[in-house]
Order: sequence, then structure tokens, then C-alpha cells
Amino acid sequence: MSNRISTDEVAHVARLARLQLTQGELERFTEQLGDVLEHAADIEALDLDGVTPMAHPLPLANVARPDTVRPSLDRDEVLSQAPAVEDGRFKVPKILGEEL
Amino acid sequence: MSHAVDNPSTAIEIAQAVASGATNASTVMDEHLARIEASETEVHAFNLVLADQARQHADALDARIAAGEDVGPLAGVPIALKDNMCTRGIATTCSSRILEGWEPPYNATVADRLANAGAILVGKTNLDEFAMGSSTENSAFGPTKNPHDLSRVPGGSSGGSAAAVAAGYVAASLGSDTGGSIRQPAALCGVVGVKPTYGAVSRYGLIAFASSLDQIGPFTHTVADAALVHEVIGGHDPLDSTSIPQPAPALTEVLDRGVDGLRVGLIDEMMGHGIDGISADVLARTNEAAEALAAAGAKVDRVSIPASIYGLSSYYLVAPAEASSNLSRYDGVRYGLREDGANVVEMNTATRTAGFGDEVKRRIMLGTYALSAGYYDAYYGKAQRLRTLLAQEFNEAYQRFDVLLSPTSPCTAFAFGDKTADPMAMYLNDVCTIPSNLSGDPAMSVPFGIGDDGMPVGVQVLAPATHEPVMFQVAAEVERLAAEAKGAAQ
Repeated sequence: MSNRISTDEVAHVARLARLQLTQGELERFTEQLGDVLEHAADIEALDLDGVTPMAHPLPLANVARPDTVRPSLDRDEVLSQAPAVEDGRFKVPKILGEEL
Repeated sequence: MSHAVDNPSTAIEIAQAVASGATNASTVMDEHLARIEASETEVHAFNLVLADQARQHADALDARIAAGEDVGPLAGVPIALKDNMCTRGIATTCSSRILEGWEPPYNATVADRLANAGAILVGKTNLDEFAMGSSTENSAFGPTKNPHDLSRVPGGSSGGSAAAVAAGYVAASLGSDTGGSIRQPAALCGVVGVKPTYGAVSRYGLIAFASSLDQIGPFTHTVADAALVHEVIGGHDPLDSTSIPQPAPALTEVLDRGVDGLRVGLIDEMMGHGIDGISADVLARTNEAAEALAAAGAKVDRVSIPASIYGLSSYYLVAPAEASSNLSRYDGVRYGLREDGANVVEMNTATRTAGFGDEVKRRIMLGTYALSAGYYDAYYGKAQRLRTLLAQEFNEAYQRFDVLLSPTSPCTAFAFGDKTADPMAMYLNDVCTIPSNLSGDPAMSVPFGIGDDGMPVGVQVLAPATHEPVMFQVAAEVERLAAEAKGAAQ
């Protein structure tokens, strides 16, 4: 955690997150993310080995509703908000690289 | 100049007057819409004002009351919702280009509960994009101004909801609080703001930012109004699997009980002993609140929560990690913006690059990094362990104290542009509020005096999970003591 995050690492993370950065943005974000991570490094000094991680503040687990049929959202109303639809389904550009 | 409202009608006063026939909902609505008309172009509290719909709903409510119907405890009360809460058929943007024009196919549970209680929706309020920020400067639609001084921020991320109440546009509003996004703007705008216990208010229809931290709560002029709104919106909701399976606690009946014999712990770390950067005037007001509570019969003592020093670090790993996952749904497929691309990955990338602002991109990348292979244990895992430690320290403190007290925000409302260049400087605004989100405990901000610059100061009352009644009981006393102190000074 002691090495500052590099522009290569930020570029990699941006690709994973489906974000495109200009060279200027890449340099600025690298600097800013480095500052936040540097601040966050203070918890590195703490001995927390015996402490259980908390994912969630509530002691609830496996909350399920009764398995009964009930109305759902109206399909046409939902699809009316999509950028592109065809035959009652969401439409997207091609997913694989092959020619269709 | 100030656009803050003087001597506003409270939600309770409005509801009683409307229900009793002393006035009607239409008259109340016209008064509030007139204030919006007068200064909203300067304040910009709203992304959307539903003036015609609000007038129609007020007329319909008046007809029901004339027919002898009991329309609920918020009869005719004008309210606003932060624009990250879904309203069926009404644009819900999160102040982001990526959702511009989207009309949700369903209502958030809180929207239904307020409507069923007789409240009337006036509009959707501005926020930092996806609730990420402390000033509303990250809104894609321009910032909200602080009604007390238009050259200053209202706080954030629920800055529009705080400003809408402070300016008298509505009697109550809802915000969401992930790291302080209700309490900090409440403090900066001089109104009451509550972050309830995690799970106490349904989040069905709240657009997710960081799911283990997000909580909906009210902004109001008074503690009693906040108690009433919390009673209306709180309680179990089967549509939210993180909802506590209990009814909302009775709060309005505990407000006049005083603080005699109650034990109040002043958090050392937030009073200049551990966390740097708390302004002297804010510390002074908080100390005065503690002294006043002691004079009113409370047993006030200092308490140490050492892990609170590390709350900010933990939060800025946990919240972005969860945000990076939650915001992966904005892919240009099912709703909102789509930018064209030759294949689906290029379309996703073009859409997200055009649709998200800088702060959202920063947090998505930070979270993606914190969750990535090789860093998960060092960052996210460690941050989650810190949460447990912090919750344990709070629980130990609550063995000795009924409530805890601290400043809400390290400073009063700051000027536009002061902190936008340095994300860390902005993040430090939430240093006193973040610990309650990490632990899941309730906390609320109550106005207490003004700072050296004449701007409002808020003090924070914290309580153990599900102990809202004692938190509101103490907050009501803080409110009375603030009014006394103000009266004595004049």
C-alpha cells in the first residue's frame, strides 16, 4: 500500500469500469486517487487481525418473501424507458466480435 | 441577501390547521409555491417543481376533508423528495446526465407513505450526482445555493432538500445519508436533519449508492416535525430485505420529557482531541450545548471513540467499493442515456464516459481498485474490520451513556469553489457524521447558534441502533436550549 497508484493502474481500473479517460483526466485522477489512498493508508497501521469484518450493520440474514405469485412491473411501462427495444425486449449492439 | 424563511409554519401546525378547517391545503400550497416563485431561480433547490400537480392534489385533498375524511397526520403538508427517490412517471435523475429524462415505473415506499399520510409532493430536489459530495457542486444541473447566503454552499449531498426547507419552499423534505448527506446540509442550512437507524426506513425505490450505509431520513424546521415524519415513513417494508421487521417507534410523545438524569457523552475525538480541523466556533457551540444540557439535568461527561479517527479512511474504501458495484447497472441498456458504439462494450463505455461526472468517475475507479485482486484484503477487508471495531467502541460507550454528542460538520457553510479542487478537503466535511453510517446507528443534527461568520451551526445527537426515542428526546431539549440561548442573546 505504500507505493502510490500509477497512471497505468488507473488506466486499467478505468477500462474495468468501462470509463474512457483523456490523458489529462488520467493524470489528474491518478493524483487525486493517490491522495485518497494515502489518507486511507492510516488504517494499515492498525492491528485488526482478530476483528471480524462487517459487511452490513444488521443481524438479518436470508430474508425471503412468501413464494406466492403477485403482480410485477408492467412490461410496456418498463420498456418505454429503454434506449432501444425490439419485440418486447431490450436491444443492444452486437456482443461478440463476429460478423452477423 | 438571505432567502431563508422567517417564522415558518411547521408541518404539525399546517396539518392541524388543514385537518381542522382553520385553513385549507390549497391556501397552504399557494403560500409555498409563491415562495418558490419568488426566489427559486436564485436558490435552485429543485431539479423539478410540480406546481400544477401539487395544486391539483391540494384541491383533491380539500375535497376529501370537506367530505369528512381523515386524510392523515401530514394533511396538506407540502413536501419535497431528493431526486434519487423514485416517483412513478415523474423524472428521477440523481442529478446525473446518465438518468436524465428517466421516468421510474414505480414509487419509492417513502413517497407512497408520505402521500398516504396526506403530504403533497411539490418537487424533486437537487443533489450531488448520485449523492456523492458535500456541497451539491457535483450536480450535473448546477449547484444549489445556501438560502442564508447565496455565495455559500448548502452542504450535500442532500443540499436541495435542506435548502428547500430552509427557504420555506416546503415544510419537510426527505434526503438520503450515506456518510452525512442529511446531517451536514441540515447543519449548514440551519434546519433539523435525521439519519435513522440503518433499516429503520425503507429504501425501496431509493437509487443505491453504498447499500450497507445508505439511509433515508427527514429535513424539517423542528425536532417535533422530524419525529412526525419519521413516524410516517418508518417501520417495516416487505419490499426492502434490509428493513427492520418492527413498526416505527412512537417519537412525538417523548419530546417533552426533558433530559433529567440522562447520560450524555461528548465525543473527545470530535472535540479537538484526535480529529483535526474542527473550527473553534463549531467547538464552542457544541460545548455550549453540552453545558446547557448539563444545566438542564443531564449527566454530561467526555467519552473516547478512538476508532472514529479512522472512520473517514474506512468509509472512502467501503462506500466507493459498493458504489462501483451499484453503478455498474448504468450501461445504456435498460434506462437513461445511451451513446452509440460499434459493439456493446464500446456502447457501455461511451455511455458511462458521457453520462457520469468527475466525482462519480473518481469513486467508481477508487472502488474498482479497492476491490481488485491483490488489494481486496489490504483495502476493503481492512475497512470492514474497522467498521466492526468502531461499532464495538460505540456499544461500549452506550453501556455508560444514553446518547452521545458532537459537532455535525467541522465548519459552517463554505464558499462555492473552496473545496472542489481537492477531493480530500471535501471528504473531510463528513468526518463527524461518517462513524454513524459505518456502525448503522441513528444520529441527527439540530441547529445550535451561529458561527463567527453568522452562518448556522448544527450539533449532532447520536444514539444506539433503534433507540430513536431517546435521541429525539435529547434533540428536543437541545432545540429548546438553543431557543433559550438565542433569546438571552437578544
